[in-house]
Amino acid sequence: MNLTLKIWRQKNNKEKGKMVTYKVQDISDDMSFLEMMDVLNEELLKKGEEPVAFDHDCREGICGMCSMYINGHPHGPERTTTCQLHMRSFKDGDTITIEPWRAKGFPVVKDLVVDRSAFDRIIQAGGFVSVNTGVSVDANEIPIAKDVASEAMDAATCIGCGACVAACKNASAMLFVSAKISHLGLLPQGKTEKNRRVQRMIAQMDAEEFGACTNTGACAAECPKSISLVNIARMNREYFAAKVASEA
Amino acid sequence: MKLNAKSPEGVLAEKWDKHKFNIKLVNPANKRKYDIIVVGTGLAGASAAASLAELGYNVKSFCFQDSPRRAHSIAAQGGINAAKNYQNDGDSVFRLFYDTIKGGDYRSREANVYRLSQVSVNIIDQCVAQGVPFAREYGGLLDNRSFGGAQVSRTFYAKGQTGQQLLLGAYQALSRQVANGKVKLYPRTEMLELVIKEGKARGIVVRNLITGEIESHSAHAVLLCSGGYGNVFYLSTNAMGSNATASWRAHRKGAFFANPCFTQIHPTCIPVSGSYQSKLTLMSESLRNDGRVWVPKKIEDAEAIRQGKKTPEDIKEEERDYYLERRYPSFGNLVPRDVASRNAKYVCDEGRGVGKTGLAVYLDFRDAILREGRKVVESQLIEYNGSVKEYEKAKGKPYDELIYVEGKKIIEAKYGNLFDMYQRITDDNPYETPMMIYPAVHYTMGGLWVDYNLMTSVEGLYALGEANFSDHGANRLGASALMQGLADGYFVIPYTIGDYLAKIGHADKLDTADEAFKEAETEVKARIEKLLAIKGEKSVDDFHRELGKIMWEYCGMSRNAEGLKYAKGKIQELRKEFWSNVKVTGENDELNQTLEKALRVADFMELGELMIDDALDREESCGGHFREEFQTEEGEALRNDEDYAYVSAWAYKGENQPHELHKEQLTFENVKLTQRSYK
Amino acid sequence: MNWVVKTLTSTLGRKLIMALTGAFLSLFLVVHLIGNLQLLKDDGGMAFNIYADFMGHNPLIQTVSILNFTFIILHIITSVILTRLNNKARPVSYAYDGKSSAWSSRNMGILGTVILIFLVVHLSNFWGKSKLTTFEAGSYVPYVTYGEATMQNLYDVVAISFQEWWLVALYVVSMIGLAFHLSHGFISMFQTLGLNHSKYNFVIKIVGYEFAILVPAMFAAIPVFMFLNLQGGLLYLFAGIGVLALVVGAMVSNGHKQQLAV
Ligand SMILES: Cc1cc2nc3c(=O)[nH]c(=O)nc-3n(C[C@H](O)[C@H](O)[C@H](O)COP(=O)(O)OP(=O)(O)OC[C@H]3O[C@@H](n4cnc5c(N)ncnc54)[C@H](O)[C@@H]3O)c2cc1C
Ligand code: HEM
Ligand code: FES
Repeated sequence: MNLTLKIWRQKNNKEKGKMVTYKVQDISDDMSFLEMMDVLNEELLKKGEEPVAFDHDCREGICGMCSMYINGHPHGPERTTTCQLHMRSFKDGDTITIEPWRAKGFPVVKDLVVDRSAFDRIIQAGGFVSVNTGVSVDANEIPIAKDVASEAMDAATCIGCGACVAACKNASAMLFVSAKISHLGLLPQGKTEKNRRVQRMIAQMDAEEFGACTNTGACAAECPKSISLVNIARMNREYFAAKVASEA
Repeated sequence: MKLNAKSPEGVLAEKWDKHKFNIKLVNPANKRKYDIIVVGTGLAGASAAASLAELGYNVKSFCFQDSPRRAHSIAAQGGINAAKNYQNDGDSVFRLFYDTIKGGDYRSREANVYRLSQVSVNIIDQCVAQGVPFAREYGGLLDNRSFGGAQVSRTFYAKGQTGQQLLLGAYQALSRQVANGKVKLYPRTEMLELVIKEGKARGIVVRNLITGEIESHSAHAVLLCSGGYGNVFYLSTNAMGSNATASWRAHRKGAFFANPCFTQIHPTCIPVSGSYQSKLTLMSESLRNDGRVWVPKKIEDAEAIRQGKKTPEDIKEEERDYYLERRYPSFGNLVPRDVASRNAKYVCDEGRGVGKTGLAVYLDFRDAILREGRKVVESQLIEYNGSVKEYEKAKGKPYDELIYVEGKKIIEAKYGNLFDMYQRITDDNPYETPMMIYPAVHYTMGGLWVDYNLMTSVEGLYALGEANFSDHGANRLGASALMQGLADGYFVIPYTIGDYLAKIGHADKLDTADEAFKEAETEVKARIEKLLAIKGEKSVDDFHRELGKIMWEYCGMSRNAEGLKYAKGKIQELRKEFWSNVKVTGENDELNQTLEKALRVADFMELGELMIDDALDREESCGGHFREEFQTEEGEALRNDEDYAYVSAWAYKGENQPHELHKEQLTFENVKLTQRSYK
Repeated sequence: MNWVVKTLTSTLGRKLIMALTGAFLSLFLVVHLIGNLQLLKDDGGMAFNIYADFMGHNPLIQTVSILNFTFIILHIITSVILTRLNNKARPVSYAYDGKSSAWSSRNMGILGTVILIFLVVHLSNFWGKSKLTTFEAGSYVPYVTYGEATMQNLYDVVAISFQEWWLVALYVVSMIGLAFHLSHGFISMFQTLGLNHSKYNFVIKIVGYEFAILVPAMFAAIPVFMFLNLQGGLLYLFAGIGVLALVVGAMVSNGHKQQLAV
């Protein structure tokens, strides 16, 4: 199939960007979206133009590196990651608009590449269990109900891609933050420091200038890993309880 | 130079404890005076960086991704082994040790492997304490599965995302130390050179991938946890960015490269669909527990399928060749990875491959669905007093359909996410038509040579995880790479590094203004300028694809002297062409992904050549290394313990100079060397 | 008390203010509605006038009413702060925005503004008239005597106002706005407060949509009935509302089932 691509080009963080139109020919249905971008980039390169910069690594939908906003949706029309999107989701003659994630907390680095280190800083604020290597007890000493473990697992599935922020009209990071808070808060190992965790992570989230959640649900609807809104409710609960009950 | 593996003397089971007691310790108050560089944030790197920081060392942690959490370890699906014996099925540290040594076809070091099995137990404890949500049973205790043909259930898993969960655990531990100020993170930063002075590793030179700045970092010790080099083959299951540059640069500076030709080809990957293919996707090995592998018996049938004239359903039962079950009646579809892969290649070479390209075999779940469905339906039938009619009436569906529906449910519960992934990629529904699979490069057992302390042949330079060669011999068993990465990082290096640091003292560190750093920086800059100046015709990917083709064809699933020699010449030509005709656009002082790739591919080409040298040298077949000249009458690998029970450790001798081979003789005191047989 | 300020100025704290004030306002709506429905009694306005007089002079009600005003202002101020914050969180907007959420949830500010405009008109029309004048100073509002008690005849003011078609239209439009505001707001409030549980979500959803539609519908019915001179039509109203409740209930549970099926 032949396609028209409208792609955001921006040299770096300082210069202004703009949408640029390209054409690609003979795209196969079986190609992944990123392979289609590879084809474009090879063509650009051979013409002596600069290829479009975009983030990607595993191309298996698990590392969370790929991050394109395609035709108005993070990761495009299917509920998956950009790297797992295939060209059979499009048809001959389509125009595809490709933009970077847009959020104050995710400044554009170049073209479609954004800086998501804010997420790392949020985890550093408290997204962990404070145990040192080697001090642990036998793994089976703490039984954990199967359903609790699997609920924690569901929250832990988050790949940190930032699609939730990209989808939210307020560029809010609450789905991401709440997924980590839920994962650790549900497990006995993580419960001990849950008050501290939720307060510190939310303070960091605010410091990174992500928006506030309006409960539109766009994040969960677009999340490639189906992280649920229930996590946000749990986070709110933990936060209010922590604020009222804790010393700090 | 005589290689000293530093394996402790004494009884196998006591070696590690004794060694821990005998090595030097760094005084707790002095630890903060030492700086350590850790390149890589995968399981090995993140666990090492976190543990060392917890001890009090100052750690600088580097990765080329935008966040440490995205290291390639994240992609591991299946699970992690540990000799916990929670299932009471006779597992033990010794059994895990034995399986790993045997699985590696007796080309790994006993002491290392035993230690790996010992600490495997602590890894699970550690990960659970961190909040890794492993699968559980209803009683709340940890669940296990058997994996990769193991005779015991010792694999711990978190859905199909074990690597992700383990890595997030390590990443969180790392993040905690960042918050504590003990670790400084350098994401989107690529190591391009190792700095050595007076025979000791002193630091590294890196490129900031966003600004292009070339920077130096100095430390008392450098840990390379930079992963494997499977991407030499262009197409592999590795992440796109996985590369060998850190290891290769260290190798050029004096670190020996061990067993480079030992690569693992995984039998169950989604086949290549076209020339645009950028990477291959692994389908978990667990699928072989239920799927049956086959191709048509007749070449004509295979041809008809390739041309789209026939479908797999058109091939009658007696016209199908379940070749693994036929050749290996006792292990059947569960033969080890290398055997399954090689056999897939054979049948495709015979012209019986399927799919558009003819490079695919079927992995069929029809029988599993029917088998499981029958079980369910028969148990339900009892409620209707065995009357099929009443049962059909109550369920509103014919009996055969009910079997299928119920069976599908069971298979879906087991492999649902894998089937979905398969369907997303191929647009085929594996519940209705057999999956197609083909082997693909997956893991590299070879890597930087290290001693028992994980130190390379350069003092103060360590290698951990897939980047070293130590524990898997010629073939790695499923679920043991995650184990090794975490063992190295959490439980080995924190002890062994102290020995070296205490010996050199904290004053023994170089300033980045030292000429050794300046020289290395100049070297790196010159390399980059050279690449940018070529302005040739071919893209980096063109070269990488060609390299991959050569390697896959001649140094892949099976190898022979003639092909290897031919390939060596081809790579040398390709390398020459690369340095005169590659096209790298843009500048250095910006995010330049083409330049990043060019630097990596340049190193892959040199490494590819060394892999071929190694494959040529090893005149035997073992594990992932199959030399066609050395096989049994039945076409199985023929090992030669007499002459080749050694680790090949190659030393770099200069640009375009032949490498020098050093041999570390392997001795086996605790296991008897046997021929692997899966008949 | 520093922690209180800190909590309430965090994004989540601000959301908490929105939810709590929203909850209070929703409760107020119910009370207000019950009173207003007296307008439809066919008693020449007596019940309504007595109710209005009580509400206007009871000290407890007076306090609550001050709270009510405070909360509405707090709700508005916080919503402005939040909206500005949220706009700042995305300085460059998308060229192509696919929108994967309900319209009302994305336009709470606009819907709120509709309500605000309505409130200004509404208050200056009735509350202003009744409060800003006194008997002695000469009033816009006529007086009426029931037995011993003399009071403002607010009923007359209302009845006369609702002969203007444009005012009735304004009320209806505003109530539609309120309905949309609540159709997101009511359920959202539970989520903000952390009350989300797969077992009970259906209940929240049903109650939420019923509330969001029925309450504004009844509010809107009052001017419409009065315009059409259908006083005494309470019975019809309740019948109509009952049917509406069933329709809404059926639609919500149908939607819920489909969602579960996905
Ligand atoms: C698809 C797949 C499935 C797998 N499943 C399993 C499984 O089920 N069980 C199992 O045991 N094993 C499995 N493996 C193998 C296992 O995942 C890997 O061997 C292991 O994770 C390697 O970990 P590592 O820490 O050594 O390296 P990696 O995780 O590869 O990390 C490498 C790190 O080094 C950094 N790096 C590399 N080069 C540089 C440089 N020049 N400068 C700066 N940073 C650099 C990278 O940024 C990254 O952080 C699987 C592998 C694949 C590909
Ligand atoms: C009777 C009047 C009103 C009622 C009953 C009401 C009710 C509610 C409720 C229940 C919420 C949900 C809170 C949450 O998400 O937790 C809400 C949100 C909101 N309201 Fe109101 N409201 C009223 C008037 C107004 C007015 C006058 C404005 C503004 C001009 C307004 C603006 C908003 C906004 C912007 C939100 C969304 C805030 C967010 O989620 O970030 N509301 N309202
Ligand atoms: S590239 Fe890893 S998730 Fe898409």
